[in-house]
Amino acid sequence: MTGGTAGHGAAADAGIGGAVAEAFRQEWGRVVAALIGMTGDWDLAEECAQDAFAQALKTWPRDGVPRRPGAWLTTVARNRALDRLRRGAAEAVKLREAATLSLTDPGLADDDDSGIPDDRLRLMFTCCHPALSLEARVALTLRTLAGLTTVEIARAFLVPEQTMAKRLVRAKNKIHDARIPYRVPPAHLLPERTAGVLAVLYLLFNEGYSASAGADLVRKGLCTEAIRLARALAQLMPDEPEALGLLALMYFHDARRMTRVDTAGDIVRLEDQDRTRWDQREIEEGTRVLETALRRDRAGSYQLQAAIGACHATAARAADTDWARIAQLYGRLARIAPSPVIELNRAVAVAMADGPAAGLELVAALEASGALPGYHLLPATRADLLERLGRRAEAAASYREALGLAVTDAERRYLAHKVAETSGPG
Amino acid sequence: MKYMMFVCVGEGVELSPEDSAQVGPATDAWVEEMDGRGVRVEGHELRPVSDATTVRVRDGELLISDGPFAETKEQIAGFDIIDCQDLDEAIEVASKHPVAKFGTLEVRPFWVE
Repeated sequence: MTGGTAGHGAAADAGIGGAVAEAFRQEWGRVVAALIGMTGDWDLAEECAQDAFAQALKTWPRDGVPRRPGAWLTTVARNRALDRLRRGAAEAVKLREAATLSLTDPGLADDDDSGIPDDRLRLMFTCCHPALSLEARVALTLRTLAGLTTVEIARAFLVPEQTMAKRLVRAKNKIHDARIPYRVPPAHLLPERTAGVLAVLYLLFNEGYSASAGADLVRKGLCTEAIRLARALAQLMPDEPEALGLLALMYFHDARRMTRVDTAGDIVRLEDQDRTRWDQREIEEGTRVLETALRRDRAGSYQLQAAIGACHATAARAADTDWARIAQLYGRLARIAPSPVIELNRAVAVAMADGPAAGLELVAALEASGALPGYHLLPATRADLLERLGRRAEAAASYREALGLAVTDAERRYLAHKVAETSGPG
Repeated sequence: MKYMMFVCVGEGVELSPEDSAQVGPATDAWVEEMDGRGVRVEGHELRPVSDATTVRVRDGELLISDGPFAETKEQIAGFDIIDCQDLDEAIEVASKHPVAKFGTLEVRPFWVE
């Protein structure tokens, strides 16, 4: 390693390596989905996709990056699958199927003229089938669509690798043995099943989002994967405004991700966050996506949540927040998907729009209904409103109650601080 | 693909006289529909677990006892073997069974080598 040439070669390799890594992120799910569609064999599909990416690392430095990396990778993976099936005589039937399918498949959603069908939507619906456990749906989505390894998924969900490997095997076996169909559901099942897919993607995002500053980077990577998958889903289901709504919601949350906790890992309240550090590109993208969704005039819970997120994300200062609109959006959300948590959030918005006393009334009504027992944010919200009204002793008692119920360290530290603040001399 | 569909009812489930009177005819209608579709292969209602006998052989010894093999809150009240395109069709067939409204249906694929 003395000459400049070697150094140059290494740099070029890194460039190609980068191109392969990028292709992996963009194309993995598509290659696997196409291969499952052709062979019906999930393990074979993953193995052949892996082989195709290994092949790319070998030949792209020599031949350059192909014009359509996805089509190139799918073709290589398909040929690899045909080779393997040819070798296994017992798989003769599958081979016939694969050979016919690969030649005559008309291409279901051929979105780039490459002749390779985009099967990712079928894969998403199958991975998120309600007959699989929720944990299995999440793991399978990350493995087959996002291309995360079993080790990475295990680390993200804090379970031993063996446990995660078993979970994936069990899920794939059930798909095969119970014959869970590999298809986009027919119209009468579509709304319900689409909601199921959206729920898995949102859960994925929240897993990453709830990871605090010091926590494992793999968990935070879940946000990026969730956004990538939501974007793909929105492209594949252009007539589904809730898919766009979910994508927009993720953008608005993700834009604020870095300012939610300080360097010590302590919670920073929305009104105290440094808004100059919010990701403006994500906010603009979220705004654009949400506008597209709302034009369809079929508002759903993700679109409404995204609209609330937009109110926060687009307010230059906390004081500029349009709380009246937020309160109204929570009201609509409560009508579509009634839940005490939404009611509590509405109380906060009403307090900000019409004063703490109005909010306190709603909180009291919620408490009287017996909803949310043991939920720390109920006394914490009451405490905050009492403090804003100057009723410090009552506020301190409520903060203390919340402290007894809080789960995470960051929340406990915040509440302990508030107890001390409201208990001390005013 | 063939699935065994277990029709299970919770121990303490009590239906109103009207609902109870409905179950028989509704089940007959379900059987007629699924037979007509060619989905239902075979099936029957079963006598309660108080009429069940458990048989085991341990160390060459035949053990016979009264009652079901497992004490569970849900009891198998009947079964149907259904032959469906895929799990989505099996779920649809099960969801139309009248017992689905107050009991539980378990759909299990046949073991195929």
